[in-house]
Amino acid sequence: MDDARPLIEVENLRLSLPDLAGKPLIGPAPKLEILKGLSFAIPRGAVLGIVGGSGSGKSTLGRALIRLLEPSGGAIRFDGQDITHLPEADLRPLRRRMQMIFQDPLSSLNPRRRVGGIIAGPLRLHGFDAIDRRVDAALDHVGLPRSFRGRYPHELSGGQRQRVGIARAIALRPDFILADEIVSGLDVSSQAQVLNLLEGLVADLGLTLAFISHDLSVIRRLCRNVLVLHRGEIAEHAPTAQVFAAPRAAYTRELLDAIPLPDPDQPWA
Amino acid sequence: MSALLDIRNLSVALKGGPRLLRSVSLAVAAGEVRGLVGESGAGKSMIGKALLGILPRSVEVVDGQILLDGDDLLRLPPAERRRRIGQRAALIPQDPLTALNPAHRVGPQITDRLVDILRWPRARAEARALDLLAEVHIPDPGRVMKSYPHELSGGMRQRVLIASAFAAEPALIVADEPTTALDVTVQKQILRLIAEMQARHHTALLFVTHDLGVVSKVCQNLSVLYAGKVVEDTTVRDFFRAPGHPYSAALLAATPKYTDPDGSLTPVPEAVIAAVRAEVEAAETEWQHGRR
Repeated sequence: MDDARPLIEVENLRLSLPDLAGKPLIGPAPKLEILKGLSFAIPRGAVLGIVGGSGSGKSTLGRALIRLLEPSGGAIRFDGQDITHLPEADLRPLRRRMQMIFQDPLSSLNPRRRVGGIIAGPLRLHGFDAIDRRVDAALDHVGLPRSFRGRYPHELSGGQRQRVGIARAIALRPDFILADEIVSGLDVSSQAQVLNLLEGLVADLGLTLAFISHDLSVIRRLCRNVLVLHRGEIAEHAPTAQVFAAPRAAYTRELLDAIPLPDPDQPWA
Repeated sequence: MSALLDIRNLSVALKGGPRLLRSVSLAVAAGEVRGLVGESGAGKSMIGKALLGILPRSVEVVDGQILLDGDDLLRLPPAERRRRIGQRAALIPQDPLTALNPAHRVGPQITDRLVDILRWPRARAEARALDLLAEVHIPDPGRVMKSYPHELSGGMRQRVLIASAFAAEPALIVADEPTTALDVTVQKQILRLIAEMQARHHTALLFVTHDLGVVSKVCQNLSVLYAGKVVEDTTVRDFFRAPGHPYSAALLAATPKYTDPDGSLTPVPEAVIAAVRAEVEAAETEWQHGRR
C-alpha cells in the first residue's frame, strides 16, 4: 500500500440520474446531470467536509464515492484501484473498507433487531470471527454501555441511536467512512457529543472521513478541508480555516452569511 | 398592560399518564415576538398546540388557564372557543409540504378558512389572498392560486403558508419551527419575510424553535423549556449576554458557532442535565402532593 497516495481520487466525475418529474407518459425519463465534472482527492487520514445547499449534489457525490451509484463519466479510484464501473461482485470485497453513517438513525436501524444484532450483522456478512468481542469493542469505542446490546432502537435517544450507527460502521475496521448529515436531526447537546466522538475516532482508528453537511458551523472543528458544492460543481475546495476566514467563491460567502449566529449583535442583512 | 396571551400554570398530560407540560406560565404582549426554545421532547410545540386547541387526542389539559384577550379559552364553550381562535390566532407550521393538501389547489386552501369560519364573501377572501401572496413576494399570485402544492418549491410553499397565516389579520401567530425543513439561504429569506410581515401587521409571534441562532435574529424575548417546564424567561439580549439558568448557559455553549476559531463544542454536561432534571422532578412531586 502506497501511503503517499490519496485514499480516494476523483477525476472529472460526472453523474446523471433519470429526471422522473420530467418523464413523459410513455418512454424513458430524460437524464438530469447532477454532478458536472468534479476533480479532487481525499488523502489518507483526512477529514473532508462536503457542504452545499439542498439540491447541490452533495449526497449524490457521497453515494458515488462509495459506489452506491455508478458514475456516468470520469473516474473514482479507491486505494489506487479504479472502482468507477466495477461490477457489484468485484465491489463486494471493498465494501467492508468503505462504510456509511446515515442521516436518520431511526430509519437506518432495523426496528425489529436489538443493538447487538444490528452491529453484528455486517460483521457476519463479511466473515469476521470473534463477533461478540468485536461488538463489545465497537460499543466501547462509541461510549455506549455493553448492556445496550439487548436494547431496541426505539428505546434509545437520538444521540444514542446515532452512536449505534457509528458503532456498526467502525466495527468493520473500514478505511473510509461516509457520514451524510449525521447530526442534522439531533439536538445541539447530542450534536456536540456525536461530533466530539467522531473526532476522537478519526484520530484513534486512523479513519479517512467524508462529512456531508448543509451546516458550515458543524464542520469547522472536524474537517481540515472543505469542498463547497453548488449546482453539481465545485464552488470552492480549500483548507477549512481559509474557507471561513476568506472565502473565495461568492456562493461560499452567501452560505456563511445565511447562518444565523447565536448572537443578537451579529448584523444579518 | 395586560398581555394578549397569558398562559398560567398550564399542565398538559397524556390521558391517565404523566405530565408533558408542567405548570407552564408565559405571556405574550401585543406585537411581541417571543421565542420558545428547547430540545426535542421539551414540550415547546405542545404549548402552541394547546393554545390553538389542536392537541392530539391522547393528550389533555389537566390544569391551568390560557387567557387570550383576557378570556380563558379553556372555559369557553367549544364553538365559541374555535371562533375566537380562528379570528385571533393562526399557525405557521413546520413542514410546508404536509401542511398543504396535495389534492387541492393553493388558492382555496387560503380562502376556505376565511369563508367557512369568518363568513367572508368568497370574492373578498380571494382578493385578500391575492394581496397577501403579493405581500409575501410571490411573483405571480394569480398563477400560484391555481397551482397545486407540488408545483411549488419548498420556500414558495412556506411563503404561501405565511400568507395564509396572516390572512385573517390575527393578533397572534404561532410559528412552529417554520424554517427547520429549509436550506440556510432559503431560511434566511423566510425569516426576514416573517419579521417583515410581523412588523407591518404588528402581530404577536410565538416562535417555536430549537435553534438559538434563529432566536437571536427574530425574537425579543424567550422562554427556555426543559422537560415541560419553563426554566428561564428573559429578554434575548440578557440571555445571550448572561444566561440566567445553568441549563440555558450549557445549551448556548453547545450551539455551534462558525466564527469560533477552533470551532469547539461543549456538550451539555451531565451534571447540568442531572440538576435541571432534579429541579423538574421536585416541582413534579410538589404538584402531585398538591393534587392529593
